[in-house]
This record gives sequence, C-alpha cells and structure tokens, in this order.
Amino acid sequence: MSAAKTRVKAPKKKVKFSVYMKRYWQLYAMLALPLIYLFIFKYLPMVYVQIAFKKYSIVKSIWTLPIAKNHGFEYFIKAFSNNDFRYALRNTVTLNLLDLLFGFPAPILFALILNELCFQRYKKVVQTITYMPHFLSWVIIYSLALQLLTPETGFINMMIEAFGGTSIPFLNDPAHWIGSYIAFGIWQNFGWGSIIYLAAISGINPELYEAASVDGAGRFRKMWHITLPGIKPTIVVLLIMNLGNILGGGFDRPFAFQNNLVMKVADVIATYVYRVGIKGLQFSLTTAVGLFQSVVGVFFLLMANWLSRKLGERGIW
Amino acid sequence: MKVKSGVDKTWDVIFVIICLMIAAICVIPMLHLLAKSFSGTDYLVRHEVFLIPKGFNFDAYASVLKDPKYVRAFFWTVFLTIVCTVLSLIMTTLCAFPLIFENLRGRNVINIFITITMFFNAGTIPNYLLMHRLNLLSNPLVLIIPGVMSVYNMIIMRSFFYGIPDSLRESAEIDGATFFQILTVIYIPLSKPVIATLALFYAVGRWNGYSDALMYMSDERFYTLQLLLYNIINNINQVEVATQEGFSSPGLAASLKAAIVMFSTVPILCVYPFLQKYFIAGVTLGAVKE
Repeated sequence: MSAAKTRVKAPKKKVKFSVYMKRYWQLYAMLALPLIYLFIFKYLPMVYVQIAFKKYSIVKSIWTLPIAKNHGFEYFIKAFSNNDFRYALRNTVTLNLLDLLFGFPAPILFALILNELCFQRYKKVVQTITYMPHFLSWVIIYSLALQLLTPETGFINMMIEAFGGTSIPFLNDPAHWIGSYIAFGIWQNFGWGSIIYLAAISGINPELYEAASVDGAGRFRKMWHITLPGIKPTIVVLLIMNLGNILGGGFDRPFAFQNNLVMKVADVIATYVYRVGIKGLQFSLTTAVGLFQSVVGVFFLLMANWLSRKLGERGIW
Repeated sequence: MKVKSGVDKTWDVIFVIICLMIAAICVIPMLHLLAKSFSGTDYLVRHEVFLIPKGFNFDAYASVLKDPKYVRAFFWTVFLTIVCTVLSLIMTTLCAFPLIFENLRGRNVINIFITITMFFNAGTIPNYLLMHRLNLLSNPLVLIIPGVMSVYNMIIMRSFFYGIPDSLRESAEIDGATFFQILTVIYIPLSKPVIATLALFYAVGRWNGYSDALMYMSDERFYTLQLLLYNIINNINQVEVATQEGFSSPGLAASLKAAIVMFSTVPILCVYPFLQKYFIAGVTLGAVKE
C-alpha cells in the first residue's frame, strides 16, 4: 500500500446531501460514462453466463430456456468428456507452465546483464532495441517466424542445410512447434519485461554496493547478494501473478501461431471456444467452458494472493 | 570510484558483447524482412536475400500502395486507432480523476464495482451474444466501443494522479474552482507523461489487435489491418495485386508480403522510441498497485 492510502484526510464534517451534491455533482457526472460502460460491457455479459446451464436456442429469450440435463450440468460433463476440450485444457496449462519456466526468468536475467553495462548511452540504445518486439502484433511475429523457420525456404533452415544438416520443421511438427512458440514468446517479452526489474534495481540503496566494494566483493557477489535480494519482492509478486494466470492466456498469440498440423498441441481454451463456439455455434458448451476457466482462474488468483501474503510478501491487492 | 582491475574490464567487454548479440537477435528478423521487401524477385525465388537487399527496387511497395483492399484497411485502421485512442484517454481520465477524492461518497462501492471487472470475465461467448443483442455485430462501432477503457490503464492514471500534490488541488478548491476546472487546468497539464504512455498503450493495442475484428466483424470492408494481414499470411484471401497478371510469381509474393508487414509495423516503430522515457515510468507505476 503506497502513499495513496496513508495520506492525511481532510477533516470530515457531515454535510447535508443537497449541499454535498451541489458541490460534488461534477465528479459523479464524470464517473457516469465510465461506469455505464463497465456495466454494459463487463456486467451485462454475465447475464448470458446462465446459458452454460441451459439448452440454448437462438429463437427463445435466455430467461425461458429449458434447464439442461443432469441438473443443468450437461454441458460441463460434455466438455470434460470431449477430447478436443481436454487437449485444449492440457495445452493451456502446458504452454503457460513452459512460458513460466523459460519466459519468466528471461527478463530478470536480461535486467541483471543490462545493469552491468557501464556505458549509459549504449545501455539506452540496447533497451530501445529490445523493447521493439513488444510493439509488434502476433500476426507480424508469426510472419517473421515463417520467413525464418519455414523448411527449405526459411532463412534458418537454409543455414542448417548449408552446413550439411537437414531442415527442421520448426512450425509444422508438434514438439518443434512448442519450442518455437515459447521462443518467440521470450523474444517478444524479455526486453519489455525487464523494465520493471530495472526500476526495482534502481531503487536499491547505492550505499549497499559501496559497502560491499569496500569489503572486497566482486561484481557477481554484488549481483547475488545485493541486486537479487533487492528485486526479490518484485520477482515474487510477478511470479505469483503469473501463477494465478495459469489457466488464462490470450487469444492472439496461439491463434496466430496455429496451423492444422499442430492443433493437437496448439489448441488452447481461448481458441477452442472461438472455433467451437463462434464458428461452430455450440454456445452452451463453450459458455460452460468459459465459465469453468473464469471460476478456476479467480480461485487460482485468490490462492496465489494468499500464498504471497503467507510468504511475507506484499499481496497483489 | 575505484580503479577497475583487468578482470573487471574483461567482464565489462563481455557484457557489452552479450548485449550486442541480444540486440541483434531482436532486430535481425525485422531487417531480414526489410531486405526482402526491397529485393528483386529473381533473388527472392532463389532465396539469396538475407540482410542486404539484392536487386534493390520499390516495386513491392508500389504494388501494395496500388492495392485498394490494403490501402483501405490501412487508412481504416489509422482512423480507428486515432479515434479509439482519443476516446479511451477521455474515458480513462473521467474515471480516474473523481476516484482520487477521499471524501467522494460511495467511493468504496465504486472501487469494488470496478475491481470486480478485473478478476471475473464472463467469457467470449457471453460477450459475443451481448454484441449480437446490442446489434453491434458487423457494425464498425464494435471495433471502438467494447474496448474503449481498460481498467488496468485507469489504475495507472489514478496512481499518477495520486502523485500530484493535494495542496495544488486544495488551493484551487479554496479559490472556488470547479472540479472540471481542476481537472483541465491543473491535472491534465501535469499528467502529460502518463497521458503519453497510455496513448501509446491504447494505440498499440488497437493497431495490433485483431481478435475483435475476427470475432465480431464479418464485413470485409471494416477488417483491420492485422486481420487482413492474418488472412494474407495464411493465404485465406490474397491481396488482389498478388493474383493479378504478371504478379503471380512466388518471388513477388514474398516481397509483397514483406512490404505489407513493413507498412503495418513502421507507424508504431517510428513512435515508440520517442516515448521511451514516459512508458518506462508508466509501466513502473502500473506495477505499484493502489
């Protein structure tokens, strides 16, 4: 909790409502539009969540739909006995865990390396360049991946062949696809992700480094005993936020990278819902899937926050 | 400063080299594509282009600029991005500013109302059905309104507002300024860094986003640039010029795709380096919640 919560409060006098409103109505007027927006686009969709428990029909009002079989849980049972959904669930968790394993440490490592650079101008240029991939859309990143990785014509595969190897189906074979997907995830995020760690590093008291130098600590000792402990709270909070999001994940990245040859490992919940729901019109089934994802997501987030406090770190809210 | 030892200097050099390599990994894919977009078709068919264009020409760019579908999508997306960014900034400011007043009645309820939306999402299909119900499907407004405000960005702005000294606001209040005047005369001028950051975030989000157009927009005239690009890359529908007579060679298709990607990326790549100072502060603010 920062300064926001601890500021000095103005002395509170009980004023009459009409007097209060005469002065404060402008603030409510400002809030009106954003709150109406949130109500319509974030709360109203929740009304439609009920079709997860009902037999959807386009011609009937959602309030008069008949309850689905098995006390309304027909579609949840259907989803979990469906192989495509089980693959999507497995892939969502697998890809998120791999991102966590490889993608999470990358910005930390990069921030530590950047921190060792002593030429400030050079450091700044490196930063600017490494932020660049964050500003590319996943469609563009996939097209870059195609240019580099396509068998026979992609640049990296041509290099492999030039050195006598055989070309590797980086994007068309399940195992290689996972590797490429994770690698481009790291590529896109390591620079941008390092911003927050660099900020944490710059908050470390410089006297600690000076004292360590006097005691004869070398570069790596200082990194290990001062810098890393200094950014540990940031690492823990971000790690926990990532853990809480293990069943989440966006749509843009997996959808851009998917192709028919790798669907078994590339289909995630977000793309499954799009394909089976919006394209396949199975609204009740995919709403059930979405509800499962949201509820489990909230549960994970609460768990993560509890864990964070348990470990003695600041909670995420 | 202590004098550096020889070993230390060696490490300095090693770190410089590591960073050079990392930076190279970031730019090489883009440079590769840039080289391809300027290259002659003969060289592209033989896959001879790496970082330096061969048979330098602007044909691919000229062809892209002659393609009505692409040009339309480009300007439509530019228009969308500008409109969305402006509206989003207005909405975000209107939401963030009142919430910094401690004595705003109902503030806690409003905060809870806002926070819940960050943790629970109804899901893709309920959103889709709502768009259907609101008659927004295939309406160009569907690319503007549903994403007009991000609560995360609102929190960044609110954190920034909290950092502006209360005394400024209080003295203005004593002088009889209305809240609207306090916002426009004191807060907005002092908030240029955060406004620049959020403008960048919103603009990049709109420019790069394609899932809303994919799900909600069936009218091809309103496809965003990234969706068009997705379709081109996956050969769902070719850009018209690519299939025109004389343009059907695989070499030209490659340089065309490269040119289209460059066109779709360059606007953002030209802007972000100048905002670096601001967005670094913005990201850091966003991390320090509440």
